[in-house]
Amino acid sequence: MLRAASRFLHGRNAFYVSLLLLPPLLWLGTVYLGSLFALLAQSFYAIDEFTARVVPELTLATYRQLVTQPANVDIVLRTVAMAVAVTIACGIVAFPVANYMARHAGPKMKAFFYVGVMLPMWTSYLVKVYAWRLILAKQGIVAWGFESAGATAVLEHALATPVVGGPSLSSSYLGMFIVFVYMWLPFMILPLAAALERVPASLLQASADLGARPGQTFRNVVLPLALPGLAAGSVFTFSLTLGDYIIPSVVGAPGYFIGMMVYQQQGTAGNLPLAAAFSVVPIVLIGLYLTLARRLGAFDAL
Amino acid sequence: MRSSRRWQDPSLGQKLAAAAGLVFLHAPVWVIVLYAFTTEDRTYQFPPPGLTLHWFEVAFAREDIWQAMRLSLTVASVATLAAIVLGTLAAFAMARRPFRGKETITLLFVLPIALPGIITGLALLAGIRSVGLEPGFWTIVAGHATFCLVIVYNNVVARLRRIPPSWIEASMDLGADGWQTFRHVLLPQIATALLAGGMLAFALSFDEIIVTLFTAGHEKTLPIWFYNELFRPRERPITNVVAVVVILVTLLPILLAYYLTRPDEQAPGA
Repeated sequence: MLRAASRFLHGRNAFYVSLLLLPPLLWLGTVYLGSLFALLAQSFYAIDEFTARVVPELTLATYRQLVTQPANVDIVLRTVAMAVAVTIACGIVAFPVANYMARHAGPKMKAFFYVGVMLPMWTSYLVKVYAWRLILAKQGIVAWGFESAGATAVLEHALATPVVGGPSLSSSYLGMFIVFVYMWLPFMILPLAAALERVPASLLQASADLGARPGQTFRNVVLPLALPGLAAGSVFTFSLTLGDYIIPSVVGAPGYFIGMMVYQQQGTAGNLPLAAAFSVVPIVLIGLYLTLARRLGAFDAL
Repeated sequence: MRSSRRWQDPSLGQKLAAAAGLVFLHAPVWVIVLYAFTTEDRTYQFPPPGLTLHWFEVAFAREDIWQAMRLSLTVASVATLAAIVLGTLAAFAMARRPFRGKETITLLFVLPIALPGIITGLALLAGIRSVGLEPGFWTIVAGHATFCLVIVYNNVVARLRRIPPSWIEASMDLGADGWQTFRHVLLPQIATALLAGGMLAFALSFDEIIVTLFTAGHEKTLPIWFYNELFRPRERPITNVVAVVVILVTLLPILLAYYLTRPDEQAPGA
């Protein structure tokens, strides 16, 4: 039976491909795209102010509310600022690790580093967030470390800084920033290491032979060639920060983030149109970011 | 010459920075493991005043944890099976020569993991509500299968692309039909990639929270149980024990997946 079917299919390439594609496309088309469409539709629906029920009546009122209410604009700006800060920090912290992994480590060491980066990346997301809450808590390890080093004043000074500070690290923007950087760091290290691995050793040799100091070689040869990796990694760190709603609610200051707003509006507030409109913001921002990165030629070498 | 050597041999600073990066990535996981044994049950005091196995015993006797665990394992199994079937079909279609609309379809296959989870979650909820379904077991499975499919697809398509077309031609020239070629040439080659994709999909589903919170209705998977504990911390030591169990359940499939697809295994015949 199967044999007869495969004989029939052989040589009918287009038919064969479409037969294979039908089930997965049907699934993604109905379940996923259908849902995305339903989400988009919701963002244009009206909400009855008296009954708080969603009325399937097309309106731009929700988007108007999103862009004109200062509180909502603040949420978007706060989230974007955090995403940008986290992306830059991830790039800086990831570079030495990726560089060592890609260009200095022997095959055994490389495998060790690869597993060493991959394991924490795949370790339970919630458990990692929870671990950071323990670490950053008032009596947690970080506070203990500062105390043992006799540097409690330094920590207190950092926490007293306006905006980024707070009563403890686990309830401040500073703490939230550390957790975000930790969570998305592997997503930056892996593409960056892949890009650095493709930098030909002969180019570095040539640069050195022509009299460049290591710093100059780094700036003028390594960094431009690593750009596609940095760009790929930054897409992850930027997009993951924009959409996260659990980290800001577990570790963080009272200010709202886009993700928290989406979760709260669809849940307790029961305002699905506003939640949907808020969730369109990351899609637009990521689209803008990708276009910008492409304009700057970040993907040319990919 | 000296400066070029300095690029080859990393300086002590470079080595230390790389090592510090790895320690930074691993330390929090070890902290959780340590806290599962602490005798202190009210605060996050460090260092722990004493160590005990007591909390493992307490957690083991908790029916609500077992229930959540069973649900998560069932969801992960069903979602992984669906993802393996759908992802493999997609990979076989996409690994072949170009056809019209291939780019668009490729984009569709990465979208569920490219967009932030909250969008997938809220979209699925909007979809579920618009067709009048009640969120529950099957909506959780449907959500998980959607992104697990992408994982399996990525693994299998990468392996298929590495199989030289000459192997298939050789098989056909020697008189094998399409089914025999699939069974004896392609399947043995993709088997480990398929298994690895399945393992990753299982681990991903077992641990998923961002999408699941939207699609679960009143069902409680283990991550949802954990999430609730984060906001209503009643028994912190038990939460710590569950954290260790979750690490173990997700880590084993990940390690297995790594060994199945590690570089020296990837190139067929190499």
